[in-house]
Amino acid sequence: MSIGAWIAIGVVVVLLIMVVSTYNGLVRLRNRVKNAWAQIDVQLKRRHDLIPNLVETAKGYMKHERETLEAVTNARNLAQGAIGSGVGAQSKAEGELSSALSRLLAVVENYPDLKASQNFLALQEELASTENKISFSRQFYNDSVLRYNNKTEMFPSNIIAGMMGFKASEFFEVTVAEEREAPKVDFS
Amino acid sequence: MWEQIRANRIRSIILVIGMAALLLLLGYFLGLYFLDSAVGGIAIALAIWVVMTLVAYFQGDSILLGLAKARKIKRDDHPRLYNIVEEMRIASGLEKMPDIYIIDDPALNAFATGRNPERASVAVTSGLLQKLNRDELQGVIGHEIAHINNRDVLLMALCGVLLGTIVILAWYATRMLFFSSVAGGRRSSGGGQAQLIILAVGIVLMIMAPIAAQLIYLAISRKREYMADASSALYTRYPEGLASALEKLAASTAPVKSANQASAPMYIVNPFRKKGRAATDLSSTHPPISERIRILRSMAGGASLADYDSAFRQIHKGGKGVIAPAAISSAGTVSLRQAEPESVSGEPELGRVERTREVSDLMWRMNDYKTITCDCGTKLRIPPKLKSASVKCPHCGRINQV
Repeated sequence: MSIGAWIAIGVVVVLLIMVVSTYNGLVRLRNRVKNAWAQIDVQLKRRHDLIPNLVETAKGYMKHERETLEAVTNARNLAQGAIGSGVGAQSKAEGELSSALSRLLAVVENYPDLKASQNFLALQEELASTENKISFSRQFYNDSVLRYNNKTEMFPSNIIAGMMGFKASEFFEVTVAEEREAPKVDFS
Repeated sequence: MWEQIRANRIRSIILVIGMAALLLLLGYFLGLYFLDSAVGGIAIALAIWVVMTLVAYFQGDSILLGLAKARKIKRDDHPRLYNIVEEMRIASGLEKMPDIYIIDDPALNAFATGRNPERASVAVTSGLLQKLNRDELQGVIGHEIAHINNRDVLLMALCGVLLGTIVILAWYATRMLFFSSVAGGRRSSGGGQAQLIILAVGIVLMIMAPIAAQLIYLAISRKREYMADASSALYTRYPEGLASALEKLAASTAPVKSANQASAPMYIVNPFRKKGRAATDLSSTHPPISERIRILRSMAGGASLADYDSAFRQIHKGGKGVIAPAAISSAGTVSLRQAEPESVSGEPELGRVERTREVSDLMWRMNDYKTITCDCGTKLRIPPKLKSASVKCPHCGRINQV
């Protein structure tokens, strides 16, 4: 074969390797986004599970906070209903829940007996940590989405992303104003 | 973050190749001199290295944890520590939860070990649990998780083994050389020009190789510390937590009892540091703590690796940064987390007392002591060897069943 043919074969091989590695890179990033989202879901579910316990414990001590407690329960039910309804709707419902919770934990300050109860302290640590885990998993999710989206939009990987149907992912935005100032749950 | 890991891997490979070359060179000359066969010397050097590496790879973490007398804990033993480790695991994107160990020691220190992110452990001293508040502990754990996530733990273990092999070889060779020259040696008759050159090179190598290997090792381990600090700030979005923890660590100079020279580079701060020594010299495994604190506190703009890098340059008055450029360019802006109210105004006294109690309860429990709370509120610690079925409370005189 002539030199020209060899060069042509070489170019094709190099192109093929580039296409395959770009494709694999995209798949890896997309899976990371999926996993990161699953992480958020696990933590949100954990929070949903903790809230009835918290409300139950708080009820015994808080005689005058029926509305605050109901708001938390309602927000929790709404958030649970929003599971699976898309990133946008879910992050909105979770934002509402976060602010209802922080209102509750703010009035806890007025109930020293509740604050001192072992059960409540343990719940509070769990809840505070779950809030942290939610924001850390959101942080990781958004980092992963940023990297994935960059890759789907930037040349030359955007060509392959377009051909193979890799679509940009949605960020987990914080929609409620209070939520933006980092959830304040930890009063320990 | 991922570019950093890739850059690490390339640098690690270069480092390991450099140290391995040093080892082979040493083996080559020693073989040439003692065995009349370069291949034999290289084979012996390789054999020692391979065996030690295999041991380190498969058993290194358990050996290290065993030497440190670390005890594994479960979630219920210390929920806060468990939660913090889990938070940092999530922030770093690690998939598997590392095992958590506690070392019963009032010194303040922590280390990470393991083969890969799937099999990794974090160990902290009980003193650390007692003295640090939540944000500070989070910073320290973030640093350790970063060591795991940046694949530092295996690299440092393997480099430590390489270094150890070189030191052992050089040590035995020196003894053998000394012995053979005292005893007249079998080469006194033959020899010649070439023999003398080999001997000279061999001696130089024997002296220089361990030192050179150690310098490479220490340079890398210091760099890893900076990178772990940077990653911790990135995970927590709160460099002040780690900075304030390091400040407390710096203030306490009690050495970790169960640490030794070999395991020293694994800890978050050098377990043998002395007060007042600005350890910026080549022979330290860690950068000076004061400098690490200054860098973390200068991260005004944000918590990204780029912010750490520019803070590093600022402290070092220009010059090279510590973070791989590829890692910096990809990261977007990362804003800092707001301080929690308690950490600004100083921690309430109550928290510190509770923490001390919590840790002492845990340590008693881990040593198989039972705790009975008497009706008068006194806590009775029942040693595991106690035979009798009831104990009298020394405070109020009530009889408590064990």
